[in-house]
Amino acid sequence: MPELVVISGKGGTGKTSLVASFAVLARQLVLADCDVDAADLHLVLEPRVHRREAFTGGKKARIKPGHCTACGKCEELCRFEAIFFDGPGNGPVPRTFRIEPSACEGCGVCVHFCQEKAIEFNPSVDGEWYVSETRCGPMVHAQLHPGAGNSGKLVTLVRSEAQRISKQRGGSLTLVDGSPGIGCPVIASITGASRILAVTEPTLSGEHDLDRVLRLARHFSLPTAVCVNKWTLNADIAERIEKRAGSDGALILPRVPYDPAITEAQRKGVAVVELGDSPASQAIRQGWSVLCQNLS
Amino acid sequence: MKIVVASGKGGTGKTTVATNLARLASEAGLTTAYLDCDVEAPNGHLFLAPEIEDRQEISRLVPEVQAPDCTLCGLCGDICEFNAIVCLGQKVLVFPELCHSCGGCKLVCPENAILERAHPMGIVETGRSGRLRIVQGRLHVGEASSPPVIRAVKQSAPPAELLIYDAPPGTACPMIETTRGSDFVLLVTEPTPFGLHDLKLAWNVIKSSRMNCGVVINRALAGATETRRFCQQSRIPILAEIPDILAVAEAYSEGRLAIEAVPGMRRSFAHLLLELEKIAPGWRLPEKVRSDLNPLTQTGNASIFQDQPELPRPASSLCYLAKPKEGSRPADGRPGCAPIAP
Repeated sequence: MPELVVISGKGGTGKTSLVASFAVLARQLVLADCDVDAADLHLVLEPRVHRREAFTGGKKARIKPGHCTACGKCEELCRFEAIFFDGPGNGPVPRTFRIEPSACEGCGVCVHFCQEKAIEFNPSVDGEWYVSETRCGPMVHAQLHPGAGNSGKLVTLVRSEAQRISKQRGGSLTLVDGSPGIGCPVIASITGASRILAVTEPTLSGEHDLDRVLRLARHFSLPTAVCVNKWTLNADIAERIEKRAGSDGALILPRVPYDPAITEAQRKGVAVVELGDSPASQAIRQGWSVLCQNLS
Repeated sequence: MKIVVASGKGGTGKTTVATNLARLASEAGLTTAYLDCDVEAPNGHLFLAPEIEDRQEISRLVPEVQAPDCTLCGLCGDICEFNAIVCLGQKVLVFPELCHSCGGCKLVCPENAILERAHPMGIVETGRSGRLRIVQGRLHVGEASSPPVIRAVKQSAPPAELLIYDAPPGTACPMIETTRGSDFVLLVTEPTPFGLHDLKLAWNVIKSSRMNCGVVINRALAGATETRRFCQQSRIPILAEIPDILAVAEAYSEGRLAIEAVPGMRRSFAHLLLELEKIAPGWRLPEKVRSDLNPLTQTGNASIFQDQPELPRPASSLCYLAKPKEGSRPADGRPGCAPIAP
């Protein structure tokens, strides 16, 4: 099943607004919101949750204060600066070591080398994921707990669940809303995808970050499309971005103008293409048909 | 004073706020450093055009098995939580992209057959733009983990009266890594449903780590009512509202600082700096700086801090958790709290 992943490098360029519109225009679609630490697609598509699961990302180490002899081996070996000498006293020692959960990488080195066996190592629940129905089809989405790690694993889980549902129901496309940046959740959301759509804006920042995201796509040898959103903000930079991306082999989608209808749609909880015939809506419809021709 | 400029949602204006504030503070005579911790998409340099004086390669350690010494005991594969090293038949395979560089395999190897080599993952540059000191990090394309590069940026911080950290978007580990050990978090949001939703997520992170914070509403227009209401209910002070002016967006698109390109913005950011002084725990601006900034806030015709009649702005003394201004960050390990460690 083809899988289209929408990413951007720079945040706030309009990934989710475009994905919501594509979702309305597409048929037999399965959606995956892989922006797991700041998911927004559900605000537009109002999913009815059918299945809710805890996400166990990795493990976290915890020192049992009663067993710690304060030898300091764990602090010496931890490479993540996660161990502090500020735990409660326990009689034999006035102070014990403590592991800061937000800094613990879950490598288990301290657990293995603690001679007193004073460190527990249990799976940590880092978030939740959901399978839902929306007016545009099934959607898999998630919420990483605030400050939790392992976002890449959760992204992989959301994508594979979406693919499974797509196979089961004979879906024709999986549409993935990605996260900003080029790090672990982004890498997890694009590996093995059929096509990347990079959404950018005509600003120096947008251009700079698009360059990095396109290099990432090339790194994984993925075919790419580029869409300049809010192009009316700076037509010269929009032109430059398209020229450069086009000469690197990206498919260039019709530009989307800066249009207050996009924010208005967000406020009403609809996709901009559901709001009537605004300039942005027209451009997105054209862009979608170009994408469809190139996906099959 | 270490101030982190963060947001849940991307593209709300973190870099706009961080770069303008940093430039203004350094021009007002405060020794200031701008640290770009958004190492996946660093953009501060586009506005501050730093002269780079030093460049440092950041690498992480990945194992390298010395085959002649290896007895294929498999202990390295057993300890690795990330499947980055596996003993398969007559060979030990290493997958550097899965490795978290914990060093467990090297420590556990009874034959000392594992060495570690440096695998480049990013660069950290230091330099200056006028009087402003700059540190910026850049993750190499294809590398997954940004926290080590963020840590390296923070370790390269020059001594300064004011350090402004430009954080990556989101609420996951890169954002946490940036806020760890700071004195104050400035959350930048935009008054849209997405902006508000992600502000709440970011607020949850800040709240659970008991940090001091304030909000800047960017592109503020009539729709900001909901955001203001949320801030009031959660007792988060709103320190500034930047109006939705096309000129600000245009200046941004061309890499120009708003305080230099848009009339009235200098006044607005001067006001923001003074508000920060009022609310950030234990911070006093030097008298000279304050007397330079004060007249700035009384001239010009900026619209950024307009009084909003429908919902009064919370008084800036309404610091989150109503902590006394003098009290700084809670001590680590205080019962009942999970502080972000320094």
